[in-house]
Amino acid sequence: MSTSPPAVHVSGLRKSYGKLEVLKGVDFTVAAGSIFALLGSNGAGKTTVVRILSTLLKPDAGTAGVAGFDVVAQAERVRESISLTGQFAAVDEILTGRENLIMVARLRQVSNPGAVADDLLQRFGLTEAGGRRVATYSGGMRRRLDIAMSLIGDPPVIFLDEPTTGLDPEARIEVWKEIQGLADSGVTVLLTTQYLEEAEKLADRIAILHQGTIIVSGTLADLRKLLPAAKAELVERQPTLEEIFLAVVGNKEQS
Amino acid sequence: MSAHVFSNTGVMLGRSIRHVTRSMDTIITVTIMPIAFMLLFRYVFGGAIQAGTSNYTNYLMPGILLIAISSGISYTGFRLFNDMQSGIFERFHSMPIARSAVLWGHVLTSVVSNAISVVVIFAVGLLMGFRTSAGVLEWLAVAGILVLFTLALTWVAMIAGLAASSTDGATAFSYPLIFLPFLSSAFVPTATMPGPVRAFAENQPVTSIVNAIRALFEQQPVGTDIWTALGWCAGILVVAYAFAMRVYRRKIA
Repeated sequence: MSTSPPAVHVSGLRKSYGKLEVLKGVDFTVAAGSIFALLGSNGAGKTTVVRILSTLLKPDAGTAGVAGFDVVAQAERVRESISLTGQFAAVDEILTGRENLIMVARLRQVSNPGAVADDLLQRFGLTEAGGRRVATYSGGMRRRLDIAMSLIGDPPVIFLDEPTTGLDPEARIEVWKEIQGLADSGVTVLLTTQYLEEAEKLADRIAILHQGTIIVSGTLADLRKLLPAAKAELVERQPTLEEIFLAVVGNKEQS
Repeated sequence: MSAHVFSNTGVMLGRSIRHVTRSMDTIITVTIMPIAFMLLFRYVFGGAIQAGTSNYTNYLMPGILLIAISSGISYTGFRLFNDMQSGIFERFHSMPIARSAVLWGHVLTSVVSNAISVVVIFAVGLLMGFRTSAGVLEWLAVAGILVLFTLALTWVAMIAGLAASSTDGATAFSYPLIFLPFLSSAFVPTATMPGPVRAFAENQPVTSIVNAIRALFEQQPVGTDIWTALGWCAGILVVAYAFAMRVYRRKIA
């Protein structure tokens, strides 16, 4: 067991919109420096959890703490510790990629915003696109810029709400690499996803949110134990469509 | 409260001003329409209008400026609505910044962009024969009234931008505002209007604002008009601000 306090702690979280009860007592804990995936279908309440954790929404009941601060009582301190990348790329389309980064750097009072922006553009492979308006970017580029904007000011906890929804397979893999890189550098990542594969690939721990409560949570190995032990069967392994797609597209680019 | 209110607001203003300067069509539309009205009234209707003045361009100018501002603020509602729709509003709200900066960036941008279109219209007015002997104090008074009028209507636009559920909703509120100067002393003396119209015209905000600005340019006594004008602007500003903040709090709750 790790002795450092959890980066995110949620207990008995409830939220209703009018009569619609979205969260019916959600509990989970995210260890510092880990990747935690909140898995669930559309409308399961994943975004509501993220909005509460990022101080955009107040819970009806229960407590939520981020980096040791309460999201209601110490909202300002929570905002200093987090970064949110929402479901829809929260970038300014009229500004260039570089201007977007500089804007966030200035808002976060980071010194030398221009250098910070150039570093991030390089790291996310956007140096050439940096001077272009974001309106001309592809979905994957926007998402990369969005995540780059989230890293400014080095927040220790990052929330990614469906970071790869709507991305093509290549862009998705690029985003996965970045998320893995973040966790390797000690950042705590809480991501929501409806792609099982994404949770399986990235997350240290997975929680399944269903109809307003966490029905199971644990490591992938823990979750596997919920089903009968795997039997060895001889099955001819067919390549997945994704593997075919990537192989074909990759070949084309090399030729 | 964040200690960086001014710095944050400055960043937001810079962002929003870029939106204005990078879509010059917005500046052009908000200046072209009032200029077209100015040309229409000066060169088409003007000859037939008995306004009791030798320089009808002078007579027109205040009303034209108010039309320009009334249409200009609809873009503020539009820009705020777009922010609300895209994720950027939530991004700002989840950052350690003064949240008020997000709204004030839009408000200050509205003042700056409307000031630009007002200056352009003045320049065209000068070409069309607008002349004034107003001194520095009168000019300052006119600028003050116009800024207060812009602020008041901008906060009305903020309500629309915050509460609207479609782009049309965020901008349509400005149409009646653009129409108000036609039912005022902006183009013809109210004395020529039939009873009920005249009663409306003489008691709505635009008439007092137009009369006050006209008097300042002509170096005539402003009488009670200027206080009525300031009262209207301040009143609309306070009510619209209070209402906008209510809508805003409900939205972010």
